[in-house]
Amino acid sequence: MKAAATNETELIRRILAGETELFHELIRPYERLVYVTIFAILKNETEAEDGAQETMINAFRYLKNFRGDAKFSTWLVTIAMNEARKRLRKGKAAAEDSLDATLEDPEGGDYTPAVLTDWREIPLEALEKKELREKLQEAVALLPEKYREVFVLRDIEELNQEETAAALGINVTLVKVRLHRARMMLQKILVPYLKSGAGSDIHGKPFATQGKAQRGGFFRRWFT
Amino acid sequence: MKLDCKHVWEHISGYLDQQLDPELLAAVEKHLENCEVCSAVLDSTRNVLVLTADNRTYELPVGYSERLHARLTAVMAGGETS
Repeated sequence: MKAAATNETELIRRILAGETELFHELIRPYERLVYVTIFAILKNETEAEDGAQETMINAFRYLKNFRGDAKFSTWLVTIAMNEARKRLRKGKAAAEDSLDATLEDPEGGDYTPAVLTDWREIPLEALEKKELREKLQEAVALLPEKYREVFVLRDIEELNQEETAAALGINVTLVKVRLHRARMMLQKILVPYLKSGAGSDIHGKPFATQGKAQRGGFFRRWFT
Repeated sequence: MKLDCKHVWEHISGYLDQQLDPELLAAVEKHLENCEVCSAVLDSTRNVLVLTADNRTYELPVGYSERLHARLTAVMAGGETS
């Protein structure tokens, strides 16, 4: 990572010194990051591609304003996020992504997850279902903008808390609060679809062993 | 430390991100061992993240990179002003 950062610093210096064609090389590792960031907000391929182009053009034009105190990737994501916001406000995005359709904003109030005692794990077959993937995308689109932004950067882009805070211009505490709310909202929306035809071995098992058994089985394959 | 369900829900994200301090973590885990409802909430939230991770690998539009670099080349050459 350090080598990459050093290389970037050097590339940026040379670009600013006049070797502008090196900009192509500078941004190549981040093409996907920029596109996915904007697409996750706008849910429209054409808009996301146009937005990604504008982001990179702006990055090129304002490269001299980049201060080395943030990571270059974070700086790019900040520009991408601003571009996505701008397009969202202009109403250029897909009609079904209208702000009217978003969830009520619970900030300031209590937020409770969906409680479902017969909820079961997703079997692998279900994970592969296109339908479920689409439900997730729809659910993310339903999140109020400020929660969606944090969810996109933290859980889709896998930026860390500090990078997310820097990209959005908010503090780390707010990142944590909004991420939690976003996840809880998604849980609530998606719970009905996450119910599957998996075995009903939950019932009849003692409560004390059930949770551990669940977490130790399926998820170990994904999280270790 | 004894927690009720509502308090546990507030810490689901912190638990998943492994950000709870040891005392709180122990209390949350103790509660989860005995609470079917909270275990289900935890697992369903975790499954949302599994799904998200699984969705992350979708394809970029065909020709995206080529069009991007062609546009940049045009901008650099001064062929595009706005």
